Amino acid sequence: MSAHTDTSLEHGDGHGHDDGVSHSTLKGYMTGFVLAVILTAIPFWLVMSGGFAKPTTTALVVLAFAAVQIVVHMIYFLHMNTKSEGGWNMLALIFTVVLVVITLSGSIWVMYHLNHNMMPSMMHDMKNLP
Amino acid sequence: MSETQALPMPHGTGSSEALRFHVPGDHHPENGTLLGFWLYLMSDCLIFACLFAVYGVLGRSYAAGPSGADLFELPLVAINTSLLLLSSITYGFAVLEMQRNRQRATLIWLGITGLLGAGFIGLELHEFAHLIEIGAGPHRSAFLSSFFTLVGTHGLHVTFGIVWLITLMVQVSQKGLILENKRRLMCLSMFWHFLDVVWIGVFSFVYLMGVLP
Repeated sequence: MSAHTDTSLEHGDGHGHDDGVSHSTLKGYMTGFVLAVILTAIPFWLVMSGGFAKPTTTALVVLAFAAVQIVVHMIYFLHMNTKSEGGWNMLALIFTVVLVVITLSGSIWVMYHLNHNMMPSMMHDMKNLP
Repeated sequence: MSETQALPMPHGTGSSEALRFHVPGDHHPENGTLLGFWLYLMSDCLIFACLFAVYGVLGRSYAAGPSGADLFELPLVAINTSLLLLSSITYGFAVLEMQRNRQRATLIWLGITGLLGAGFIGLELHEFAHLIEIGAGPHRSAFLSSFFTLVGTHGLHVTFGIVWLITLMVQVSQKGLILENKRRLMCLSMFWHFLDVVWIGVFSFVYLMGVLP
């Protein structure tokens, strides 16, 4: 049983000071903040100044900036990396991202086609069906 | 786990070989609170994904009512966004002071974070009140119903975040920066930064893309 006490002591030493506290630095927060300000300001400026000639282009650029900013927040503010909690954080995040992509793209795809196929002309055709 | 280590195999070849269920020297977390809280945040993320999907489907169904371009005031949204972004960095400063075990500075930064969050909620309520006043309430069209649901759910999260923040400020001032309070502060830190991440989606997808023709 001496091995038992040794191990638990070792564990207490290893975790006592950093348990529940991640290692954040001022540099990390400031880098994230400056990047976030830039990535927020550009899309706001783009839309408020009229944007590109085609609204679709503007929308895609805004979405791209949002995606980059989300990654910046994840890394610098939420301290995401492949090591935290033995990789389980990252695994849960990847699983959630897969579900989110399926939910969003699936809903919009299905509902777009539903709207498309339920056009008034189609309703008229259906009324003539036996 | 060390007990299983010491346990000999039932039909083992010798007492020198022992069952072991972990790699020795491997870093594994002592308690799973932060991981569990992260899993909660991921499930919260799915709620917001569903609301974003609803808005994506209904966001252009105006029912001959006002559209996003008529209603949204981008300067107000820009102020709101900067308030939330500033509150994120001030919470970061609070965490840094917490790591240095400086209780007073932690409390001051937490207080500033709470004020910025309250400013955000105040502006959002002002916007909602204005919309309802001019007859563009959630009952007006499918677009406005989904808008109020999505933005309102986010605002409700921030409100409860502020309630949690005040609770933690009381706990820290009474018990000091003990290990339990540090763990709680780290959970709220994740919650607060997560709400900022959701807001990125809201201001890009709802407001900025909503005013486009």
